[in-house]
Formats: sequence, C-alpha cells, structure tokens
Amino acid sequence: MPKVSMTVNGKQVSGEVEGRTLLVDFLRVNLGLTGTHVGCDTSQCGACVVHVDGKSIKSCTMLALQCDGTEVTTIEGLAKDGVLHPMQEAFREHHGLQCGFCTPGMIMAAIDIVNRHPNGLDEATIRHELEGNICRCTGYHNIVKAISSVANKRAAQAA
Amino acid sequence: MNVTGIGQRVLRKEDRRFITGKGKYTDDINLPRQTYAYFLRSPHAHARIRAIDKAAAEAAPGVLAVLTGADLAEDKIGGLICGWMIHSKDGSPMKAGPHPALAQDKVRYVGDHVAVVIAETLNQAKAAAELVEVDYEALPAVVETAKARSASAPQIHDIAPDNTVFEWSLGDAQAVEQAFARAHHVTRLDLVNNRLVPNPIETRAAIGDYDSGSDSFTLYTTSQNPHVARLVLSAFIGIAPEHRLRVIAPDVGGGFGSKIFIYSEETVCVWAAKRVGRPVKWVSDRSEAFLADAHGRDHVTHAELALDQNGRFLALRVKTTANLGAYLSTFSSCVPTYLYATLLSGQYDLPAIYAEVDAVYTNTAPVDAYRGAGRPEATYVIERLVETAARDLNIDPAEIRRRNFIKSFPHQTPVILTYDAGDYEASLNRALELIDYRNFPQRRAMSESRGRLRGIGFSTYIEACGLAPSAAVGSLGAGVGLWESAEVRVNPTGNVEVLTGSHAHGQGHETTFAQLVSERLGISIDQVSIVHGDTDKVQFGMGTYGSRSGAVGMSAIAKALDKIEAKARKVAAHVMEASEADIAFENGAFTVKGTDRKMAFGEVALAAYVAHKFPTSEIEPGLKESAFYDPSNFTFPAGCHICEVEIEPATGETTILNWVAVDDFGTIINPMIVEGQVHGGIAQGVGQALTEGCRYDAETGQLITGSYMDYCMPRAEDLPSFTLDYTVTPAPSNPLGVKGCGEAGAIAAPAAVINAVTDALGVRDIPMPATPEVVWRAAQSRAPRLAAE
Repeated sequence: MPKVSMTVNGKQVSGEVEGRTLLVDFLRVNLGLTGTHVGCDTSQCGACVVHVDGKSIKSCTMLALQCDGTEVTTIEGLAKDGVLHPMQEAFREHHGLQCGFCTPGMIMAAIDIVNRHPNGLDEATIRHELEGNICRCTGYHNIVKAISSVANKRAAQAA
Repeated sequence: MNVTGIGQRVLRKEDRRFITGKGKYTDDINLPRQTYAYFLRSPHAHARIRAIDKAAAEAAPGVLAVLTGADLAEDKIGGLICGWMIHSKDGSPMKAGPHPALAQDKVRYVGDHVAVVIAETLNQAKAAAELVEVDYEALPAVVETAKARSASAPQIHDIAPDNTVFEWSLGDAQAVEQAFARAHHVTRLDLVNNRLVPNPIETRAAIGDYDSGSDSFTLYTTSQNPHVARLVLSAFIGIAPEHRLRVIAPDVGGGFGSKIFIYSEETVCVWAAKRVGRPVKWVSDRSEAFLADAHGRDHVTHAELALDQNGRFLALRVKTTANLGAYLSTFSSCVPTYLYATLLSGQYDLPAIYAEVDAVYTNTAPVDAYRGAGRPEATYVIERLVETAARDLNIDPAEIRRRNFIKSFPHQTPVILTYDAGDYEASLNRALELIDYRNFPQRRAMSESRGRLRGIGFSTYIEACGLAPSAAVGSLGAGVGLWESAEVRVNPTGNVEVLTGSHAHGQGHETTFAQLVSERLGISIDQVSIVHGDTDKVQFGMGTYGSRSGAVGMSAIAKALDKIEAKARKVAAHVMEASEADIAFENGAFTVKGTDRKMAFGEVALAAYVAHKFPTSEIEPGLKESAFYDPSNFTFPAGCHICEVEIEPATGETTILNWVAVDDFGTIINPMIVEGQVHGGIAQGVGQALTEGCRYDAETGQLITGSYMDYCMPRAEDLPSFTLDYTVTPAPSNPLGVKGCGEAGAIAAPAAVINAVTDALGVRDIPMPATPEVVWRAAQSRAPRLAAE
C-alpha cells in the first residue's frame, strides 16, 4: 500500500493507505482523530470540514494521498496550550451548537469564512457562505451570531 | 438566586468536549478485534424471496459470516415490536404484521433488511455483499397513502386485509353531525402532511459485543432511550435477559425522534457478536439513513370546521389516512391516534370534535414519531382550517382566533385532554406587537410596488408534552409506564452525581439538570455531573422524547433532592446538636435558627459519610437517594408564531422576512437553551413547509429522494433570524412548573408558513413542500391581486 505523510495539527504523521482512502478516514481511523465527523456520503453536509494548507475542505472529498506533504488542521488542533480558538469560544458563548455533531466542521468552515473576509461580515454573507454545512439542531440563528461576533471583532481590531 | 441556578443563561457544560472534537459518539468508539457489518438491502419495494445463495460471499476475503433471517429463526430471535396497542372502532386489535430483523419470506420496502455480511473490514463486507445471490419474485407495490387501500393495491401483510392496520375514531360523531346541521358556514380543506426524513446529522450506528466469560452482551448505540432498547431487546426480541445485556448510548448527534426506536441493525449487531465471537460494528451511511430510518408524518386528511354567523367554532370533523409504512415501528401506532387527534382542539373552545383515523401499510420505510409526533399534524389541520375560515368569512385571522380561544382553565376538550393552564390571548397579543401587525398592509403595498407578493401567516399551536401519567397512557394502549427515575449521589467531598433515566441528544441536560441541583443545594454546577445513557449505571429510565426530560426527568431529580435535603437536615441537626425543626437550609448552608451555628452543604455531606456524630442505628450513613416520578398530567406548552413571507412570482422563490414566536413554556430553566430549541424546531418546520419532502416513485416504489442531492435540507440561507419572546403560566402538574420546548417550533411552523404563502398568493391551499416550482405554478395560475383589486 502506498505511504502518505503530512503534518496534522503541527505533528508529522505518516501511514499506509489504499488509493481510495479518503482524508477523513485517514484522520479518523489511522490517526484516531475522531473530532472530524462523517454526516453524509455526497459531500453535502460539511461535518468533515478540516483545513488543508490553511483552506477549508471537505475531508470526505479528498483522498488521503492527495494530501501528501500538506499541513492539515482538524478541530483537535485549534486550541493552543489549552486556550480555545476565538471561534470555539464564540460557538459556546452564543450557543451555536446543540448535539455537537456538525460543530467541528461548522467551526472549521467558519474560521475560513472569517479569514476570507477580513473587513467583517454581514448576516446575509455569512448565511450564503455556510451553504456547504448543514446543521439540524440550531436553526443556524446562533451559528450566524457566533461567526458574526468573531468576524466583526476581528475587523474592528484591524481598523 | 444562585448564578448557576434556575432561570440563568448558563453556558453549557457539555460544549467544551464538542467544540474541541472530544465528543464521543458511537462511531468514535472502536473495540479490540472489532468486525464490520454491512446490510444487504432489498432493491425491490415488494418481493418474495425464493432463495438466498450466500456461498460465494462466505468464501470472500475477510468474511466471518453472512447471516439471514433463517439464522435469526434458528437462534429463536424474535421480531421487532410495536409497543402501543390501538383498537379499531369495531373493537378489533390493530393488525401487526411480523417484522423480523432480517426478512424471512418477503421484503416489503426498498431498503428492507435481507442479509448481513460481517467481515474484517467494511470494504470487504461491502464487496462480499455483492456476491450474495438473492432470487426475488418481484411483486406489485403501493407507496401512496391515498392508494394503499385501492382495489388494485397488493396485499402487504397477510394479517391485514386491504392493507388496513386499524380504523380508529375519537370524539362524538353524533354531536358533530348535529352541529354541522345548524352551522352558518363550513370551511373544508383537503390536506396532505408530507412525509419527512428526520436526518439527524449523526447517522445511526451500533456496536454489539459479547463476553463469553460472563455470557453477557453490550450494545453501544445511537439511542434516545437505551433502557427501553434493552427492555425490548431482552423481553421481546430475546437477545439475553436484562441483567446480561448492557446498552450504552454515548453522545448522540441529534435524534428528533428517529433514535427512539428499536431497529433491525442494532438488534442484528448485538446478536451477531455472539455468532462471530467478536465485536460487530455498523455505521449507517446517509443513503441507508434515507432508506431505513423511521420516517415522519405522511397523512392525507379531509377536514371540516363548522362555524356560526359570528365566526364561532361549532364543531370539527376530521378524516385522516395515516401511512405507517411497511411495518409497525416501535411507537408508530400512537402517533396518528393519541398523539394526533387529542390535539385537534388546538387552543380553541371547540364544543364537538370527531376524528377518524385509518392507518395503512404501504411498501415504504416504517413511519414513526418525528419531532412533535402527531402534534404538528394536528396543528397543521386546525390552524390551516382556522385561517381559511377567517378568509372565507372575511374576519381578521387574529380576531377569529381571539373569539374562539379557551379563556378559563382547567378546560376539558372533547378529545380526552384537560388543559390545566394557559393564556393564549397574551401570546397572540405580544406576537402581534412584535411583528408590527398594524403596519403589515403598508409592508405588503411596498412589496407589491416591487412586483413581489407579501403574506402573513399565523399559527397558534398547542402541544401535549411531558408524557405522561402512566395510568392515563396505559388506559390508552401504551405498553410501558411513562414515569422517570433519578438517583442523586452526594460524594463525601460534597460534589454530586445525578443519574437520570432521561437521555440527551443535544438538549443540554448536563447543564439544565445541573442548574436544578445548583439551585436546590446552593452549589456551583461545576460540582455537579449528570450521568445518563448507560443501563449499567442508571437502573431504569424512559429516555427523551416529547419534551419529557424537563417535566418528568427533572421532576424526578427534584423529588430525589427533596429526600437528600431531608436526610441532610437530620445529619446537620445531630452534628450541630440542635432539634431538626430548628434547622434551616438556605444558600447552600444549614443553620440553627437563632444561633450562629452553620454548616456548608459539603460539610454535612462529609459528616454523613464519616458518620461519627449521629446514631447509625437511626440514620444510615451516606447521602444517596433515588426517586421515581410519575406526572399527574401532561404539560401543555402553547404559543403564537407569526411568519411573514415575500414571494418573487417570476421564480416562485419564497423568502421568510420576519418570524415572531411567543411561547409559553411555563418556568424556564435556561433561557439560552430554550431559545436554541425553538430556533431548531422552527427550522425543521420551515423545512417541512418549503423544502423537505420524501418521495417514492409511484410505480416502482423506489426512493427518489435518497440523499442530500435530492432531499432538500434547510440551509442557513433558507432561514431568517428569529424574534422570540415568552409568556409564562407555570405548569400545575409538576413541582418545577416546566412544560417543555423541544417540539414547539416544528409544531407551529408548517401552518404559519403555509398560511403566509397562501395569503401572499391569494390561493386557498398549496401543498407542502411549497418549493419554488410549486409556488411558481400557483403564482402563474392565480388572479393577480393588484389587477383584481
């Protein structure tokens, strides 16, 4: 079986995978990083979103072998030295999660959305940008609030 | 008030693990020597199985076993059951066809379970499943609710002629007949309550494990009620006696009802674990979830409301056909009967009601409770009728409701329930204010000036929650009591573990339940942990559905806390050498009245365990109490939701502009969590109204909406932000005054949306889901409002 190496959450990892092994399965099965979830089989729900070289991708839509040599960040790699990422804090503060299953993918997608909009975000844009992530619990109301708070705090600091 | 006590917006304790990826869902669990199950499912909606040749599959790489219904029969494993007996009008019991976990003679829907392949890896199991040769004799199928009993429909179960499960009725047919005879006006509607797929984002999963040393089984499963799963698997299906079967439901990623039930897959996994002598894991993929999770709704209804010349309701007559799918799922029979017709009175003083419900089999996935279960269907009927009657009689929709609201309590409806408290006018008034109803005509004119159509829709709903007095549900056919259990264990160092028979799948029980303990014992929620979801830890429980965790589950905890406090008082009295009558307990401390003697709760807990200062012949050491709580009535959350939409007639696109919800949930433990529940409920109701619909091909019985590519889940852009407020009439039937909030949005929303869409279009009715195509067609055929006016 071919070998794949990448940096996951700052650590160099490698493993043998089949050609058809998806990144999400490499993360969950080979590395035991079960924070990244699988919610559908058609790349629609976004529960599996992680960052590859800083960009959010659906890890069920990328082969592990395609990620050879990349830097991958999963939900487990967000908090640094026990300090939560501001987006994690915001989801808790604004009650942007209920069952928590879509949450890792939602948070990873949200961070990328904010990164791509350094000048702040309005509600309509956030809702549009979230089209790749399905949440069945929150009605999105509080997810939008959480993302908005991070985006606009960051924009205010930059201004 | 304690900062973490009742009524506070306390951030959730459980969030830390979810936002850091440390949640532990069933699929995150892996056992040593684990194997993988893959289910071979029926490609036919209806077929006889002539033979199954599994030899090639058994010889495939990595395969440990290929099991079929014959193997189940050999091990004397029983079929799945329906736990609520419904009798037809003629007194005959419902016709429950056999439901083996793996088909034994016939398959009855696309996705039905034919065989299971167990292999070293999932890919090996899938590959081997391709090699199983099933000789099917395809039979004609029927999938449409309205056609299930037509002469041409095939017979699905031998026991049920005409595919009729039961023909049930409730209410006084004669009184209704008489009221209709003297009516000034009758509003009639034919309504379809569309079939839905629950779609929690975590699909179902199960791991079965068998320990030959102790001859005992463990099942890890995505369940809303692990104890009932154990009971059914043990007492009816016959896996193992209860004391040798442990069911663990760890973090559960949403359920919405679909994870209440006992399904084929977990039954097979736990049974097969002994057969192969290794743990067996199955994780549903989304396509399987569409095929084989219990679906929701699917009613076809003809409804009539009789009114007098003043717009007063005289009587309601409803005739519903409910599709229960190919087999009776665990609670399916009570959904279109006692959870539906008993709520048809809505918030209204309706003197007479008569409802007939015919339940039918079709070649579709089983239908069972889905968020709200029966109440959304009832609310849709009454709220669509009331709104249409208002239009028929040219009475303002708020006014017609006001005229007919129940105004004094308790109120006995003609359909069993006794509403104990409520103030429906208060929530209507507040909602009208919040949506600025007075200025709606200007907003409508503004939309029309831009070529758009604006509409407003009301839904003043009621639900019966907190299921419910055991004697009452027993008299109506329930196979179980619906109390809840709790055990409060105070540790020697003063922290508290609460064991509850309730279960959470996103509702934040670890926080709200801890808030109750915090309030009562005067300690921080950080000193409290809530334990649930493991039958080896919690003795018994009834799980979570129908907003019963607050009203019933927390009341059980409150009752156990009463006992804790009573015993702690005795201990404190001895230690402080005072009479028990002189002991006061406030803000987490026991004091002797009129003195400065004082002990913190934790000190009393320690004293209870060291047991040096009280007579252990009179008071047992330790501080641990349990309680079983059976409620005295259902609770009746109610409220008013108003939805304002704008339609682009050129595309049929409906945009929800404003949403106001004013709900009465009684006492609120955590406003933040309650708001979240309402938001989510509304989203699911909007999904039903505008986008979601489960479709089968009428000829072949194939599921057309089998993935997120075809079944339109509401996304962030489909929904507005919501405006919420509350009125509070505490529930008299439980010590906390709580009513429940989990289903409210899903119950209220469909009627509010469709009332708004029909208002905008100026049409009498429109089917759900009112997709852009459906709305566009209606917009094209309607008489343009501006031209007509």
